[in-house]
Amino acid sequence: MNKYTERIYNGIWKENPLFVLVLGTCPTLAVTTSAMNGAGMGLSTTAVLIFSNLIIALMRHIIPDKLRLPAEIVIVASLVTIVDMLMAGFTPALYESLGIYIPLIVVNCIILGRAESFAMKNGPIISLFDGLGMGLGFTVALVLIGAVRELIGAGQIFGFQIMPSFYTPCSIFIMAPGAFLVFACITALQNKLKMPCATNGEGLAKEDSCTGNCMTCSMAHGKKD
Amino acid sequence: MVGLIVIAISSCFVSNVVLSQFLGICSFLGVSTDIKTAAGMGGAVVFVITIASFVASIINNYILIPLDMVYLRTIVFILVIAALVQIVEMFMHKCMPALYSALGIFLPLITTNCAVLGVALTNAQNEYNVLESVVSGFATAMGYLIAIVLLAGIREHIAGNNIPKSFQGVPIVIVTAALMSIAFFGFAGLM
Repeated sequence: MNKYTERIYNGIWKENPLFVLVLGTCPTLAVTTSAMNGAGMGLSTTAVLIFSNLIIALMRHIIPDKLRLPAEIVIVASLVTIVDMLMAGFTPALYESLGIYIPLIVVNCIILGRAESFAMKNGPIISLFDGLGMGLGFTVALVLIGAVRELIGAGQIFGFQIMPSFYTPCSIFIMAPGAFLVFACITALQNKLKMPCATNGEGLAKEDSCTGNCMTCSMAHGKKD
Repeated sequence: MVGLIVIAISSCFVSNVVLSQFLGICSFLGVSTDIKTAAGMGGAVVFVITIASFVASIINNYILIPLDMVYLRTIVFILVIAALVQIVEMFMHKCMPALYSALGIFLPLITTNCAVLGVALTNAQNEYNVLESVVSGFATAMGYLIAIVLLAGIREHIAGNNIPKSFQGVPIVIVTAALMSIAFFGFAGLM
């Protein structure tokens, strides 16, 4: 496996941004009401992530260290605005159902996290693949959660009827509490299987993973190695 | 006046920022270990979101809309919020040392809190005027304060409980949040 495909494998499996690093939980819980919404959110985040990693890696020698964060935020916000307009133009139905969570991609910690921990330290091509891998990992995770919620909550996956007709959909799973319940079960399963996960308190203790505790988070305090 | 009360109740309870809109989940789960810290964080969020929605709605209504530059909203809002938190922090450090020592450590965390940007964008999308934005921002933040203090209270009580091993730690907190979310669903009947 060369170093480019390694980045993609890393993003999808080894350091899956959602299941392992536990970044970007807010949009995850909010938009996974169906597999389709999950895929839409995942792919738009992937697009932003690929280009933000590429542009930041290209500009990493030009950006002064003190202005690092503002510069990154402006780049990410510009890309999100472009994605926002494209989606409003070409996928109006998806745009309508994702609503405010599209502009909120700006504050998705996966994007700034990858910019800080990878794109600022590596070349443009490998950063692009890192963005692609992380984005696909996020998309896979969102589609999985969305599919589970849609299956239990509506008996469908991607809008196709899966459950037999006598199944009464448990609609709480496509409403707000269902998001928390499914997410709790996933983290519990990871605990049980002792999978590496930031919420396990063991395994990964990397600087760019979210432990859920902002008080001790090095990223929130702007400390850098 | 009635309109303002409706906005306040709806943004505080019915569409609670954490439990039904999922904004600010990181700090909601992370900083809710005890009531005192949770209240400090909640207080800081109320402070910042109220000021941020005031400033953001002035910029939106009097600069972006007249100049027909609404598409720049996301970029402008995020920069204004980041700068605003810095200024608030410096101002409090100089002029209100008592308040600063109570809320100060939470302020840098709030820049990255998606609730702040979320409220500013929601206000702009709903085309609220400045007063409505401030009321909506304050009520949303109060919703956050209520939710995080309640969660911290519950967490203090369940700390000694016999929880299944897999659910210890973060999972049980999320289950608690799920139950609170179901409870807050009841407020939907108010509207």
